[in-house]
Formats: sequence, C-alpha cells, structure tokens
Amino acid sequence: MSEKKNVLRLDHITMQFGGVVAVNDLNLEVNEHEIVALIGPNGAGKTTAFNCVTGIYEPTNGSVYFNGEVILSNHPRGKMAKAYAGDYPTIGGKSIIKTPDVITKMGIARTFQNIRLFHNLTVFDNVLIAKHMRAKQNVFSATLRLNMTEEKRMRRETEELLKMQDLYEYRNEIASSLPYGLQRRLEIARALATEPTLLLLDEPAAGMNPQETQELTDFIKEIRDKYHLTIFMIEHHMDLVMQISDRIYVLDFGRLISQGTPEEVQNDPRVIDAYLGVGDEDA
Amino acid sequence: MDKTLTTNKKRNMILNIAAIAVLIGMITFLQFNSADYTYQISTLERACCYMVVAVSMNLLTGFTGLFSLGQAGFMAIGAYVTAILTIPVESRPSVYYVDGISPVIANLEVPFFVALLIGGLAAAVIAALIGIPVLRLKSDYLAIATLGFSEIIRALISAPQFNRITNGSFGLKNIPGFPNLYVFFGIVALCIVLMVLLINSSYGRAFKAIREDEIAAQSMGINLFHYKELSFVISSFFTGVGGGLLAMFMRSIDSKTFQVALTYDILLIVVLGGIGSVTGSVLGSLLIIFGREWLRFFDEPLTVAGVNVPLFRTGFRMVVFSVLLMVVVLYYRRGLMGTTEFSWDGLFGWFKKLPSRFGKRTDRKKEDTK
Repeated sequence: MSEKKNVLRLDHITMQFGGVVAVNDLNLEVNEHEIVALIGPNGAGKTTAFNCVTGIYEPTNGSVYFNGEVILSNHPRGKMAKAYAGDYPTIGGKSIIKTPDVITKMGIARTFQNIRLFHNLTVFDNVLIAKHMRAKQNVFSATLRLNMTEEKRMRRETEELLKMQDLYEYRNEIASSLPYGLQRRLEIARALATEPTLLLLDEPAAGMNPQETQELTDFIKEIRDKYHLTIFMIEHHMDLVMQISDRIYVLDFGRLISQGTPEEVQNDPRVIDAYLGVGDEDA
Repeated sequence: MDKTLTTNKKRNMILNIAAIAVLIGMITFLQFNSADYTYQISTLERACCYMVVAVSMNLLTGFTGLFSLGQAGFMAIGAYVTAILTIPVESRPSVYYVDGISPVIANLEVPFFVALLIGGLAAAVIAALIGIPVLRLKSDYLAIATLGFSEIIRALISAPQFNRITNGSFGLKNIPGFPNLYVFFGIVALCIVLMVLLINSSYGRAFKAIREDEIAAQSMGINLFHYKELSFVISSFFTGVGGGLLAMFMRSIDSKTFQVALTYDILLIVVLGGIGSVTGSVLGSLLIIFGREWLRFFDEPLTVAGVNVPLFRTGFRMVVFSVLLMVVVLYYRRGLMGTTEFSWDGLFGWFKKLPSRFGKRTDRKKEDTK
C-alpha cells in the first residue's frame, strides 16, 4: 500500500459550527486507484468531511493535500487559536483556501447525497455544462460562434459519455423527470465529464434496491478502471462497501474510530458499538 | 418520423423568413408613411427600447437567477453618456444655459452608434464596480442593494455639483434622433440577437447552471463570482444601450425619467412575459406599452345616453390596466411564456390542442352523467 502514490490526504481536519464539532481531528489518506469508503452512523460528519475536501466549507483547522499539493489549509485565529492550542498541533503558515471550482479544475469531482442536478435542464445540458470548464473559449468567441470546433467537441464528448452510461436515450428529457436511479447515474456522468482523477461519491446507492445496488457496484469498479480513477465514497449499504472497498474509515461523532480493510473493520468492537450501541452484558 | 421532422424544419424555415419579411415590410411601410403614423411609431419605438432592457434583465434574472433592480440606474448612465456625446456642439450653449458646459466635453461629439456603444460600456464599467460588493448578496438582498445603487446613480446625475456635465436637474435636450427606422430597429434586433446567442452558448449554459443550483455549478468548475459578475456586466451593457436608445427616442431626458418606477415597468414586462423567456420579454414589452395606449379611452370622460359615467376620468386607465395584469398573472402564474421560447411547432401545437381542451371538458361531463 505504501508504494502507491498518495492522492488525497486529510491532515488534522476539524470542522466546527459554533459549539458543534462536526469533524474532529480527522486524518485519512486515499491512495491512487484505490476505492476507499467512509462509513459511520447518521450525523457522524461524513458529508461534512466531503464538503471540507471540495472547498464548500472552510475547515476550522487542518489541511487537505491533493497529489501532494495543499488545496486547503486553515487554522483558527485570535481567541479560537488559544482554545485550540492545547488540543491540536498547529500547522502554522498561511491559510490557503481554494474555491470549489478551482478544486474541481484540479481534478476532484463529486456527487451529492441529496441529488443536485440542474433540475430544469435536459440530461444532455447537465453533462454539457460540466464540459464548459475545460473548453478553450471566451465569452466573445462563444457568443459570436467563432470557434464552433470547440463547441462540437464538447457535444461529441457529451454524447459519448451519455452513450457509455446508457443515458443517451434520455438525452432530451428534463433531468428532474428521470427516475431516481437514473438521476444518480446522471450525477456520476456529470462528475465524470469534468475529467477528474479523484471521484468523491456521497451515498451513491441511497434509495436503491439490492439489484440496483449490485449494478452500481459493478459500475463503480468499471469506471474506476476505465478512467483510472481513485474513488472515495460515503455509503450506508454495507454489502456494497464490503464488496468493493480496499480500505474503510469509520467515523462516529466526528472522530475516526476505526480504519483498515473490510475484514478488520467488520470485526472491530468499536465499530459494532458505534452502530449498535454499547452492548450490555445481558444483550 | 424523420420525414415529418424535415418537413417541419422546412416549414419553420419558410415561416421564419416570412416573419422577417413581414417585419421588414411593416417597418418599410411605417418609414414611408411616418407622417400618418407618428403615434403608432413612437409607441412602437418606446416598446422596443423597453424590450432591449427587459431582455437584458431577463438575462440576469431569468437565466442567471440574480434578482437585480438596478435597471433604471444603468439606463440613466447609458442615456446620459449617449446624450452628452451626441448633442450637436452648436446647440450645447442653449442646453447648458445654467452653469455652462465643462470644457472637457464641450467639443466632444461622436456618431450616435459610437455614443450608444460608449454608453453601454460606461454602464458595464459601473456595473463591474458595483458588482464586486453587491454580488456577494443573494436574492432579495441583492435586489435591495442594486435598487439603492440605482438611486445613488440618479441622485449623482441630478446633483448640482455635476451641473456642468449632466446639467443637473434641468435635464438634457436637443438629443438627435435616429436617421430612419431601419437603423433603430436594426440596433434593437442586433442587441436581442446577441443576447440570445449568448444565452444559447456555453456561457449561457453556465449561467443557467448557477440559476439551477449554485453549489452544483461550483462543483462543475464554474466560478460563481466570475460568472455572476460577467452576467451582471453584460446585462448592464445592454441596459445602458437600451437607455441610450430611450434617450435618442425621447430627444430630451432628465433624471426624473430614471426613477425606480422605470425599473418596476421593466420588471413588470419580464414577469408578465415569463422569467426565463426572451420571446416572453419581447411579447411582454409590446403588450404593456401598447396596452397602456389602448386603454387610454378610460381616461377620457364618457357619456352614455346623456349620463356621464363617473369612473371614466384621468388615472382610471391605470386601474383597469392593473386589474388586467392581475388577471393575467393569476391565470398565467409563470408569465405568458413561462420559461419556454416561442417556436412555430409550439404555436401549431397550441392551436391543435385548443379544441381538445374544450373537448375534454365535455367528455368528462358525459362520463359523469353516465
């Protein structure tokens, strides 16, 4: 595992909302071409961790590295610094906060727990918008149609992507009219259109039946191999997680309580406690 | 299936060409009979000025999802810049009769299309500056902030300190009009076509993405601030051009022209036409401006069989107008066009559906009686 290149590293990430510490001193690593899952009971801070990685939140403390480069680094100042000083090692230095669009441009794409498609636009436009970022054009050339090859290229690539995801027949449908499972698949297709190297999936199997979940499992493996992706995902379906994850991190109340291979995590008493509650002698 | 598609395409093409030909024919007719139709022409011209501004507001509100109420301010900038740059040099002393004219602009006269362009650019530059703080706000707060800036612009224009540039509260007159109707309608059409092209381009899609979901748009690599600023600046450019067109149409302007009421007129057009529909805004501006004129007979005293109908007096027109608007908004919640654009297929489809709409109702009744 160690010879593999480190893609994503969270270093002492803490995210505090007022008095609530949603993520508490989280350290984790995702290596190249791995599928890593982040699991934990509801409200454990999984999505918050994702939002810290993609720049939607500014972490209160800690750094995020992507391919060895700092993409987010923040530490508390003023009164807060004193409060933190005892508990956490201060990383020091300037705080670096990249906006979500820059982070996407660097190659991190994500999906959302509560699907965030462009609901009133067509399936085709949803994916086409994701292609906008990497297009070589400016507002004048785009408006005056000076560079149609670029537009044609975007459309062709979108078509290819939709065909591959079996969404091509729905291309002219409005995104919100699709069935739930297809909306999830469209969201993944849209994320892939940004040409990422790291894909963050936030509960991709939520609301899916066992058969759909099985299809998704194969699908995730397939896209990982096809696009040479590294995948970091949050998921509640344990059969899916145990089947495809190389490693698993378990969060509870914002703290990392366990990590390791699926077998290690499954047999960790702390994980069982977190999910089922601390057992009594009689239970 | 494919056959009908191609025949439909052909039909639409022919209809498009026919529609453009009819429009040009109408303009030509008005051009050559302008003496007989001054009233109609001036109403149409006003509607077209509002149309440019309404479409530009729709670009911002309907397509980027930014609710701004600064239109009057940006129109004022465009109008004043256009006016200052086009008033003939020889008539300037009579315009600036109070405090005289600042030497910087005393001999500065440019052709009107250059003046319109500079007017639009001036509005765009001011918008870029205002946008930096204001576009961090959302929805209603953005509307309030832009409304405030629009009033600031108006107050500055009418401030006596700027008498030598804007002629303060005395207004500007002797603004030259358009050489002919073709030029005027040509500029209006050009503005609208450019905005439609923008909306249908890759950038337009990025704007729509922001309207749909800001967080998702960000995650697709769209920088929210840059794109909001871009949309705001482009919209303000065309608003400025629209203001310049209005100045050239009215021939004389003063700061009272650009009060908040003007913004509300534009907002009314956009809402009535449909937020997110360019053709809706075009239709809306024609309906509102002509509607106000058509209803003018409500303002005149009316006697029926020797009895003076009491309600018919000055101002009653606006009451009727408002009631009509309420009726329209009640029955078309999302404006006349909603978010759809006009298309021939849509029009024919609507006509085809028309009988079935009534038909269905009778069918249901029959079933009920059974």
